[in-house]
Amino acid sequence: MKKVNLFKTLNLVFLSVVLLFFASCGGRGTTEETRAERRAERSERIDLLGAGASFPAPLVTAMADEYRQVTNNRVTINYQSIGSGGGIRQFSEQTIMFGMSEAFLSDDIMAEVESKTEGRAFNLPITLADVVITYNVPGTDKGVVFDGELIVDIYMERITSWNDPKIAALNPGKNLPSLPVTVVHRSDGSGTTNVFTSFLTRVSEEWRNKIGFGTSVNWPAGIGGNGNEGVAGAVMNTPGAIGYNSFSYALLNDMSYGFIVNSSGNIIEPSYPATTEAANIDLPEDTRILFTNTPAPDGYPIAGFAWMLVHENLDKNNAINSREEAAELVGFLVWAITEGQELSEELGYARLPEAAIERNFEMISQIKWRGENIGREVLKKNQLL
Amino acid sequence: MKSFAENKTLFQRNLWDRFMVGLLIVSTILVMVPLLIIIGYVIINGISALNWEFFTEELGSPARAMQGRPTGLVHTIIGTAVVDLLALIISAPVGLGAGILLSEYPDHKLNPFLRIINDTLNGMPAILKGLLAFALIVKPMGTFSGLSGGFALAFVMIPIIARSTESALMNIPWSIREAGLAIGLPRWRVVLSTVMPAAKTGLVTGFLISFARAAGEAAPLMFTSFGNNYLPNHWTGMIFGPVDTLPQRLYSLAISPYKEWHAMGWAAGIVLLVFVITLFVTARLLTRENKYN
Amino acid sequence: MKREEKINDVLKKPVGVIYRWLGDRIFLSAAVILGLSIIFLSFSMAWVLYGEGRAAFSEFGFWGFLKGTTWDPGIQLIFGALPFLLGTIVTSVAALLIAFFPAIAIGIFIAEYAPRWLGNIIENLVHLIAAIPSVVVGIWGIFVFAPWMRETIYMPVFNWATENSPSLLPVLGNPMGYGMATATIVLALMIIPFTTALTRDAIRQVPKEQREAAWALGATRWEVIRMAVIPYARGGILAGAILSFGRAIGETMAVAMLIGNKNTFPFSIMGPAATMPSVIINEFREAVGSLHLSSLMAIGFVLFVISLIVNLVAAYITRKLSISGGQAV
Repeated sequence: MKKVNLFKTLNLVFLSVVLLFFASCGGRGTTEETRAERRAERSERIDLLGAGASFPAPLVTAMADEYRQVTNNRVTINYQSIGSGGGIRQFSEQTIMFGMSEAFLSDDIMAEVESKTEGRAFNLPITLADVVITYNVPGTDKGVVFDGELIVDIYMERITSWNDPKIAALNPGKNLPSLPVTVVHRSDGSGTTNVFTSFLTRVSEEWRNKIGFGTSVNWPAGIGGNGNEGVAGAVMNTPGAIGYNSFSYALLNDMSYGFIVNSSGNIIEPSYPATTEAANIDLPEDTRILFTNTPAPDGYPIAGFAWMLVHENLDKNNAINSREEAAELVGFLVWAITEGQELSEELGYARLPEAAIERNFEMISQIKWRGENIGREVLKKNQLL
Repeated sequence: MKSFAENKTLFQRNLWDRFMVGLLIVSTILVMVPLLIIIGYVIINGISALNWEFFTEELGSPARAMQGRPTGLVHTIIGTAVVDLLALIISAPVGLGAGILLSEYPDHKLNPFLRIINDTLNGMPAILKGLLAFALIVKPMGTFSGLSGGFALAFVMIPIIARSTESALMNIPWSIREAGLAIGLPRWRVVLSTVMPAAKTGLVTGFLISFARAAGEAAPLMFTSFGNNYLPNHWTGMIFGPVDTLPQRLYSLAISPYKEWHAMGWAAGIVLLVFVITLFVTARLLTRENKYN
Repeated sequence: MKREEKINDVLKKPVGVIYRWLGDRIFLSAAVILGLSIIFLSFSMAWVLYGEGRAAFSEFGFWGFLKGTTWDPGIQLIFGALPFLLGTIVTSVAALLIAFFPAIAIGIFIAEYAPRWLGNIIENLVHLIAAIPSVVVGIWGIFVFAPWMRETIYMPVFNWATENSPSLLPVLGNPMGYGMATATIVLALMIIPFTTALTRDAIRQVPKEQREAAWALGATRWEVIRMAVIPYARGGILAGAILSFGRAIGETMAVAMLIGNKNTFPFSIMGPAATMPSVIINEFREAVGSLHLSSLMAIGFVLFVISLIVNLVAAYITRKLSISGGQAV
């Protein structure tokens, strides 16, 4: 009879785990009525899945938190920060419902998506990315001044100590220590890298010819950090380190960040107005534009959009299974570019300029589910059209 | 026998003996100390970071943690239970079957080859098993899921279960099988109703050990169960949607730039450590009990 | 139930075809199928990794891919595995060198010297430590070990080198705490329990007669170990070391968290580097280009081949040099 015992034990273990699982999932309601209500309510609930850039992750996850409350727990948005490269890849592989990237989709990928889904891929600006130079120099707070040339020299490892005369020349009166410079960069594909290297490419002939720009480049020097988090972590843990992070990460983590000399020769302190100023330009219809090293005299030069990536034909995205999911996704998009923007500044993000919101509405109104124009429908429901 | 006693007095030899003992003790201490330090750090930092909310709240955004709103890893703990359980369900029959083949049919032609392949599979880096599960499950399914995570961990567990099942069954004397066969039971009956019950402690120990190994693996889960900041809204989301698991969440908390998340990482570390060590200690206690019987 | 009745019951039963002959057949074929599925799994691993990595191999050639030193997913789209191959081999070999003698020392100590209770305690501790998940070691490494190494070892060495012999600086590399040396030491700590357990198993299999013979010759305790125990167990110990090396090669999370992730040569002692598993874990979710993804899979295939060789060599040694079969840990 020993056999029975063994299987009884296993069964018991299994049962108790399953029960625990359901107990923890199940509500605390006791009466049948509330249970039924809960069940009905639960069956209407929707999970949305997005992934991509780590730069907008704090904002998007905070939006997700907020939107969940706004919708009374009806819509849960799971956003995983896996880097812009991952966002683009998973978006075109259709394993996620929306992607997020700090680099707009290249023509190749736009064409690939078009051939796969018989519809365009939309790049919806969701927030603005401003990349700041972060550093960890003991005894020095924010405000070390850099210009493009200097950053190129540092990232090419031509400047190896913080008391280098070139740094001193831009920073009279600051007493920087003799500390080795540790260059930190992203090890993953990233839109932050895209914005940062596109700035370097536009200020330095040498950088353009040797390294170029992209979501990940062949770095001439330095150590890699995985994700915005990885770079910030490495910078904060390493005295003498210099890296580049989105403004929000630097603010949230109280990191020291540098001021940048822009193309008009003004020293610009990173700020939301300066970033919005940089984006104060003519936007193309699909919003695919880089505006680093902006000509605007008061614009912060290392800035760009962060885009949310969605398909025109949502039904063609394998990750989206029902019209409800598609409609909720569009609903979240609309909320994110309107009310969701309220969260921006508290978390360290610049608000979208009006022009970008206009472009977003135009694109959202074209989103379809099996030919049915659900984008327009959602906009109408929100009285935005 | 030139190697000892030549040109050496007994005193010298004894001195050398003492010296070697000392050396062994010193190196044992040298190694054990840092290893115990690791455990100590995890326990101290982990316990101070644990609180009630850790077990009742979902993670949400980093803003939650920074603004001091309640956040925790309840979804991660549940997700880990689901994925690990899936892994156990998937791996148990395969591992048991292969183990039975290896021990109960010792002359089967497949066995020498199977044994080598099984040991090799056991020695393969877990990350490759993650890649395999990505290619076999995630790609065709079109989405990251708890199920694919379960498969990835099952690939880790299968070879261990097969090996431990084999040795557990081998420990049962052949006389028991012969007794069963002698009263006319067919072979499958002998295996299922006499050999396996007799070896049950060994079998369960094997399960526990493989379970402990798999439960701590993060690498295979990065491309399969993917991660989630919340509990899925439907229980199917646990299996067919992305799920959070402790090792993978611990990794992303640890490389995040938020101090609050670092603390949660330590807390996740101690939960994971306690879970794994409990499994291990149970397994070892079972073996000991078995010895006394 | 009385035994006689049971036996009679069994004998009285009509000998059902399904119950007996077919039952055995079904049972055996189920076991064979499940066993085959393990073989299938192993082969599909090779097949999947090779199949997905084929684009990279055909683009750069198998050896070209292995010899390539550039890993540029941005502009040139050139992928070479040499930095990761070298990073893996160097860290693993160094970790094994560090871990080998202490691990064997512990193995010998608990098997031969320690009183039984102490030996049991240490052995259980070693097994316990082997069970610590890699990420847990990683979080300790990030927040405790790497900063400590930086402050107490790297910075003083770096400062000394800047003043006394600047020519050493490129060899030493950046003293940021995350890098090859840190990863190697942590790797060594992680494989010590594994090597120890295998050594202990190998020593346990040495027959008593071996020791008794040496004792009878008047050998001291150490002489017994050196003459009778170690030569007998050397196959097992060697195989254990090789298996530990295999373990070190595949170790992913702790290394990825501590090595600094630098994909280009030159590597330096304290400076950052990368290994094959670390580059896969870092870039696999993020890769955009198909060639990039394929190159990561190709690295996975190379890792597979190396692990395969390591495991087969270990199996061969165990079989050749010791009497009993290999141990599963």
